[in-house]
Amino acid sequence: MTENGLPGNLRVRPNVADLLGLLAIMAAAVVIATAGRHMLVPIPASEAGTIHLNPAWLPAYAVRTTLRMFAALAASLVFTFTYAVWAAKSRRAGQILIPLLDILQSVPILGFLTFTVVFFLGLFPGRMMGAELAAIFTIFTSQAWNMAFAMYQALRTVPPDLEEAARCFGLTPWQRFWRLEVPFAVPSLVWNTMISMSGGWFMVVYSETITVGNTDIALPGIGSYVGLAIEQRNIWAIFYAIVTMLAVILAYDQLLFRPLVAWSARFRTDDGASLSTPDPWVLTLLRRTHLLRQFCLRAGDVMTRIGWLALGPRPSAPRRTFVPSRLVDAAWLAVLAAFVISVGWKTWAYGSTHYTTAQVLHVMGLGGFTLLRVMITVLIASVIWVPAGIWLGMSPQRARRAQMAAQFMAAFPANLFFPLVVVVIVHQHLNSNIWLTPLMLLGTQWYILFNIVAGASSYPGDLLEAARNFHVKGWLWWRRVMLPGIAPYFITGALTASGGAWNAAIATEVASWGDTTLSAQGLGAYIAHATVAGATDQVGLGMVVMAAFVLLLNRVLWRPLSNYAARHYTFD
Amino acid sequence: MTQQPTAPTTHPAGAELVRIVNCRQAYHKESATDLVVLDGVNLSIRSGEIVGLLGRSGSGKSTLLRIIAGLLPPTAGEVIWKGRKLTGPADGISMVFQSFALFPWLTVQKNVELGLEAQGIPPAERLKLAEDAIDLIGLGGYENAYPKELSGGMRQRVGLARALVVRPDLLLMDEPFSALDVLTAENLRTDLVELWAEKKLPIQSILLVTHNIEEAVLMCDRILIFSSNPGRVAHELQVPFEHPRNREDMAFRQFVDRIYALMTRRAPVVSEADMTDPDLQRTEITADAVALPPLPINTLVGMMETLAADPLHGRADLPLLASRLQLELDDLFPLGESLQLLGFAELEDGDILLTPEGMRFVQSEHETRKHILWQNMLHNIPMVRTIRAVLDERPNHRASAERFRDELEDSMSPDYARQTLQTLIGWARYAELFDFDEEADQLFLDDEAE
Repeated sequence: MTENGLPGNLRVRPNVADLLGLLAIMAAAVVIATAGRHMLVPIPASEAGTIHLNPAWLPAYAVRTTLRMFAALAASLVFTFTYAVWAAKSRRAGQILIPLLDILQSVPILGFLTFTVVFFLGLFPGRMMGAELAAIFTIFTSQAWNMAFAMYQALRTVPPDLEEAARCFGLTPWQRFWRLEVPFAVPSLVWNTMISMSGGWFMVVYSETITVGNTDIALPGIGSYVGLAIEQRNIWAIFYAIVTMLAVILAYDQLLFRPLVAWSARFRTDDGASLSTPDPWVLTLLRRTHLLRQFCLRAGDVMTRIGWLALGPRPSAPRRTFVPSRLVDAAWLAVLAAFVISVGWKTWAYGSTHYTTAQVLHVMGLGGFTLLRVMITVLIASVIWVPAGIWLGMSPQRARRAQMAAQFMAAFPANLFFPLVVVVIVHQHLNSNIWLTPLMLLGTQWYILFNIVAGASSYPGDLLEAARNFHVKGWLWWRRVMLPGIAPYFITGALTASGGAWNAAIATEVASWGDTTLSAQGLGAYIAHATVAGATDQVGLGMVVMAAFVLLLNRVLWRPLSNYAARHYTFD
Repeated sequence: MTQQPTAPTTHPAGAELVRIVNCRQAYHKESATDLVVLDGVNLSIRSGEIVGLLGRSGSGKSTLLRIIAGLLPPTAGEVIWKGRKLTGPADGISMVFQSFALFPWLTVQKNVELGLEAQGIPPAERLKLAEDAIDLIGLGGYENAYPKELSGGMRQRVGLARALVVRPDLLLMDEPFSALDVLTAENLRTDLVELWAEKKLPIQSILLVTHNIEEAVLMCDRILIFSSNPGRVAHELQVPFEHPRNREDMAFRQFVDRIYALMTRRAPVVSEADMTDPDLQRTEITADAVALPPLPINTLVGMMETLAADPLHGRADLPLLASRLQLELDDLFPLGESLQLLGFAELEDGDILLTPEGMRFVQSEHETRKHILWQNMLHNIPMVRTIRAVLDERPNHRASAERFRDELEDSMSPDYARQTLQTLIGWARYAELFDFDEEADQLFLDDEAE
């Protein structure tokens, strides 16, 4: 930067933008400190007294919810920068860490609650901290896997020429990591963090009312506020909560993610296919400030210095090898095999004593119901969103607006809307097996729209012209021209949506309004009931079966489909 | 290429296929004036001829092609296709695209069949017709390949087969060879001309858009030279050669030279007095409005050094220079015009010559070169003067780049304005006239420049 190293320069004098910025920072500090103090207090005797339906309390609840969210995000980042890096750097570690990550990704997050709540409450007996950590951990599980995968992918695909350049200049592993690999990973990391956050909002709202067996804790937050509103059949309170959440998501979107995405664009190695978008106003404001800008530059300087620390050996240093690597490989494989066999054996031993065959078959049957439900909702959502998305995507202006709206809607925790639907079902006496189903896709359908819009807007204009020139119209147009072109995008969207739907199943197959509880037949309801009853065995079985379903579906359906689409339906 | 189309078409010259009447194409701009791409275009195409539309990129010739195809309604004026006013994608007009525009998920066969399928022709007949077209164009045996398995030349052959199979009356070709390498392009050109001359193509006319002068002279019966800003037909030439034509032929070379002379704008056209369009003078460069191509300064310097060195000694025949530097019209003209804008060279009668100032630049050391460029930019480019004046005036010597782009947009499209400023920044950096902060999108004076 040019104005660096010009002490006493005019530009360092604070200005109005600085004042605004400092005020904002101070306000944030006060809020965080207050909320943090509350986390350490003992669990109150009557937990009902802690939540108030008076909307005046909502801003404070929103702050608490948001803080939980960001605490989890911090944890996810730490996880990403350790686990994923380790998996990428060490071939042997990768052999175990990556499949493990794959499995973790398909385990229904809400199922974890049963185990983590017990664990964390035991860690901090009698303090809110335990419950807080349990909630944060739940959010963490909804974010971390996805981000770690993005990081791992990026680290594995650093362009070889850049890698060679780094080697030529004698960068140590530490320097190479911060100067080359992390910058290269930034765009996909930011993007996936954004996707993760969307899932996180859903989880944070759900995890604030923790009911496991006879432990019943409500953490102050928007989720618990809604929980109480449902209990007391207060529809207005639910509206208030929705409005508050809208404000929170809007602020989070504008203040954090728009600037982050704009900032990450500079790390793109492909020469901007999606050329310059105007800077978000927050970034512009930050650039206008004098003092804050100086502070940021200094902070950036310090970070850069840390990145330049010469930790680790230079590439020119001779490599030492003790044992032929093939021997080590063999030993490692043996250890892995022994581990897998012993875990398998333990599981089998545990399973055969705790579960009957009939029970397992029953749960698998329930999984079938949920599978059917997921597929049908994805299908219905596709029928609606594919044509709509294509229409929106064909005009650049509409596409931009639709993308923003879809991103925003995807971030909005859909579970806040559930009570509104449930009220209708209760009052109209509708069949809950059918009418609870759409809720599963309420939050994740946006991924379908989002991807279709992206696909349609990047559809090559000359192909459309060719189609018009040869008078290709109607069904032929859809079949030969448009649908194949957006197929890869659709599959990505549908995969994300269905993954989200499985997770949401636990939250949507059981719903209540006051003392009326609706329940649909399915694996999600099974896990939800077992969680409330504190039946760890049943939760475990449900989770394993669900994870198996998700893994199988990915392997048998989505992966082959997306491979096929990548081979046939992409433009080079 | 043994297959004979079932109904061999003759080329009776004369019958008018399409007529463009007073076509105008303008894009609406937020500020003040509309951006006019085409203005007052009149032309007609008769059956039995290959017509070439020759012009620089950005002269609107591709836009005109799309208007003729009915893909784009003109802002004003009309297209008369076979005596009727055109209102949508026309029947009997097929297009060959610069980018091939093949559907990657369809095999060669299916790509070619697409137009027939749209016409509702039964599968068996489709198969037969498509195979005939594929054979005719020399792709027999590749029916089941996907486009990505084919080379560029073969892909364009598929594009050609796809356009021919529907037996159009008029074939529109939008720079069909410019995405191909030199040898492949030549091979495809000769094949096409041969098929045309032997009357094996099931079409009546071809309209070829190109920026390659030799290509136009090699293939066309009639050449329409397009001027830019706004695009209009500036000259019309009848090509007096029989097929096959020989590039090395003296008359051929002279004809190419003549077109070069017509296209260098300041050319005093002596012998073609009847062809000069008085309107052409109107498009004379008004200096602050000229759009600059993405030309790095090194390219300009390299060109000047080549011009100054043996055996050119400061003056060169443009077609000769083009073939020596392996540049096409689209690369050469902007280079020459940029040098002219900077006062380093003159374009004259199909020649380019270095000015004394340009000579001095070439012979100078790096520092002096910077100084010469500094002075010439300030002197010759009003926008540079404006920028520098604003920056000098400001206490912090910074100004938003947006405002200068806005100013440029008064006389060009936003894309060109962006490009032009980018090019100016590149030159100004070399001369250390001003610098650019990409993050903040601001122009500023570096310490040394202050």
